[in-house]
Amino acid sequence: MKDAIQSTNEVIGAEAAPHGEPKAWQRMVVQRARERLGDFIGQATAAAALIVVFIFLSFASPVFLTTDNLINIIEQNAVTATIALGMTFVIITAGIDLSVGSTAAMTGVVGVELVAHGWHWPQAMLIAVLAGGVVGLVNGVLISVTNLNPFITTLGMMTVVRGLTDVYTNAVVVVGPESELGPQNFGVIGLGKLSGIPVALIILVVLSALAYFLLSHTRLGRYTYAIGSNQEAARLSGIPVKRYLLLVYVILGLLTGLAGVIAVSRLSIAEPNFGIGLELDVIAATVVGGASLFGGQGTIVGTLIGVFLIGVIRDGSVLLDINSFWQNVIIGVVIWLAVLWDQFRRRRISSLSS
Amino acid sequence: MALSQQSPLIQLVNISKKFPGVLAVNTVSLDIFPGEVHVVAGENGAGKSTLMKLLSQVERPTSGTVVLNGQEVHFVNPQHAQRLGISMVYQEFALAPHLTIAQNIVLGRESTRFGAINHRAEVEQARQLLQRVGLHIDPKRLVSTLSVAEQQMVEIAKALDVEAKLVIMDEPTATLTEREIAHLFAVIRGLTDQGIAVLYISHRLDEIFQIADRVTVMRDGKVVATLPRSEVDQQKLIRLMVGRDIHNLYPKPEPKIGPVMLRVEGITRRGVLHQCSFEVRAGEILGFAGLVGSGRTELARAVFGADPIDAGSIWLEGKRLSIQSPASAIAAGIGYLTEDRKRDGLAMTLDIAQNITLTNLPTVASWIDLGKEERIAVRARDRLKIRTPSLHRKVTVLSGGNQQKVIVARWLETQARVLFFDEPSRGIDVNAKAEIFELIGSLASEGRAIVMISSYLPELLNMCDRLVVMREGRIAGELQRSEFTEERVMALATGASEGETL
Repeated sequence: MKDAIQSTNEVIGAEAAPHGEPKAWQRMVVQRARERLGDFIGQATAAAALIVVFIFLSFASPVFLTTDNLINIIEQNAVTATIALGMTFVIITAGIDLSVGSTAAMTGVVGVELVAHGWHWPQAMLIAVLAGGVVGLVNGVLISVTNLNPFITTLGMMTVVRGLTDVYTNAVVVVGPESELGPQNFGVIGLGKLSGIPVALIILVVLSALAYFLLSHTRLGRYTYAIGSNQEAARLSGIPVKRYLLLVYVILGLLTGLAGVIAVSRLSIAEPNFGIGLELDVIAATVVGGASLFGGQGTIVGTLIGVFLIGVIRDGSVLLDINSFWQNVIIGVVIWLAVLWDQFRRRRISSLSS
Repeated sequence: MALSQQSPLIQLVNISKKFPGVLAVNTVSLDIFPGEVHVVAGENGAGKSTLMKLLSQVERPTSGTVVLNGQEVHFVNPQHAQRLGISMVYQEFALAPHLTIAQNIVLGRESTRFGAINHRAEVEQARQLLQRVGLHIDPKRLVSTLSVAEQQMVEIAKALDVEAKLVIMDEPTATLTEREIAHLFAVIRGLTDQGIAVLYISHRLDEIFQIADRVTVMRDGKVVATLPRSEVDQQKLIRLMVGRDIHNLYPKPEPKIGPVMLRVEGITRRGVLHQCSFEVRAGEILGFAGLVGSGRTELARAVFGADPIDAGSIWLEGKRLSIQSPASAIAAGIGYLTEDRKRDGLAMTLDIAQNITLTNLPTVASWIDLGKEERIAVRARDRLKIRTPSLHRKVTVLSGGNQQKVIVARWLETQARVLFFDEPSRGIDVNAKAEIFELIGSLASEGRAIVMISSYLPELLNMCDRLVVMREGRIAGELQRSEFTEERVMALATGASEGETL
């Protein structure tokens, strides 16, 4: 019986293959291009805004379009961007993680503290990154296995991790030996250059490429979208929803750990107060880049655009001597516009479906 | 009652409602008189509920007019309909469980004194309304502490609060016991004595004869007949509801029935399913009949691992399966097409190709093989005639029939040997229906075992080789094709003896 079914399908497959092959391939190229265009239109508003702000600042400030300033923007936003890559996965599943700011501070403290206890920085910082992964794992278990609400779970985790960090450090800055943490050693990650290219930029490009391929070309990525789009449909399609949800929070935890390490590298000290409010910057950047808090939508390219739109506005405000309080007002308005745009898009989708 | 001498309270004039691909209500004209209980009967999908939504201004009519006391009514929203005196008691109760009865009854119309809610007036008003529906309980109790029947009375009380002239009830007895139904009917009679018209949707035949003054039968969006109760009997009503001459809608090939494929023994899920056993053979189409809520979907979900079971065993081709989750059912060769595509079938933000490959993603070392995905999607589109300009459109843009085909395509990719189709024709137009049934027939011919759940009896009677009838979470009986009659199925489904229903 099984064979009968198998052979029917094979016949159909055999029919399609010889004639269909080149045609399907051509069709695919055209359709992929269209798909990309669709993605692009989804992010077009944020992208257009980034270009407009960029051009405006190039004229408005003589400093803006200098190599030093552009490198500065990248280094300034490397931490936010690293976390935002992971946050994109979580938000696409219709989840959220509020604990990333606390976790980044905690992992920095872990890394520097280990160095202060005589570890070499590469091992110490690897442990720090893994510590971030552990926080992600706990979040993931609570959310997927115990079925707790992501907002509340990670709100709790945010407080717990910040509290533990303060208990351990007594809220005092942690320092380590210059021989390990100096600009020639660990400092290279956040501040160094490799044949003129900032190391932070290289790390960001590599991570972004990785995240992009994970999200658009692997099982993990496809299931991330499917879970956020319709979790019950995903489950009934045989997708191990819990496992993938868990994995997504672990990925974010690891990236947050790495972000904590990058931040420490720039400062060469670990600040227990680091990253208060960072989670909101990250979420804002992700949403501005087209991810929907209702799940199922979001892209890596969009998130990067979101991070740098906000980053460039901040940088430009400093260059133009705009009061930093006003900066916050501008960023807030940008977030509103992004969410309004998201809602408009969703309405269009639902009006098409009914 | 001499209805013809009165002027109608409400007139529907050539009213239609079109959804994409479906004409849910097709040029319906209907008069409702004050003080009458007007039953609208018809099979699932006949357009009854949509008609009610047009009256209560939940849906905007595509064409036609509603006339109230001789004046044309303009469509605004449900609140507007309420102010005009048209109240709806919903099938699923729309009460806020954490508020009190009184708070629920006046919700949205709270009386205030100096800007503060007047609690005493509110409670007093609620008490009077509760008396009108014969409910003698404290209006300050939380709605969450009430039984289903009590909640329904609160719903009706709420409907009366707006000086209702017409109360619409959509299958109000679906979850009530005999005694509660008797109370409900007494309340309804109390309302009509005060001149209030009651529009009552039901497909339970016995009820129709107990409560109706007049019966309107709908089929495929149209009114087939409106008759006083004295002019209908059960057989006539069934004939009107079901209609005939639709045999070619169900292209069923001659079955080639093989050995037992799936055997289910003693499935029990506490409070939901009780000792359910059945088997399906290769090449066979087994139908699950029963009233809504009889446990058909629950049984399919239990076999598929979507819900946990307390007892029972599942055997595929003689081997006992250990099904923990949908993933393990799929791995074993069982597929389940859900009854509600939008709720738990499709991933709406993914495109058509991605939805097709959802259960069986073509990968090379966990990297998606996009070329193969494309070929699978193209093959499925050609085989199932999925009508779309591109396979990379979001599934939301497809019609119901094409969405259903996307889901069928998904399951064909899994090589499943047993397929459960839960309400496969729901929300799709007549042509797509015939295509889906043709497909189901050909899947059976290929040697798959098919289980088909449907609330539309003609579908089951025409498509199935054998029927299992469920009632209250139990297998009530089994019918061979030679024994198929609607009366037999209904008798098993309702628990009435055959002589009684005929």
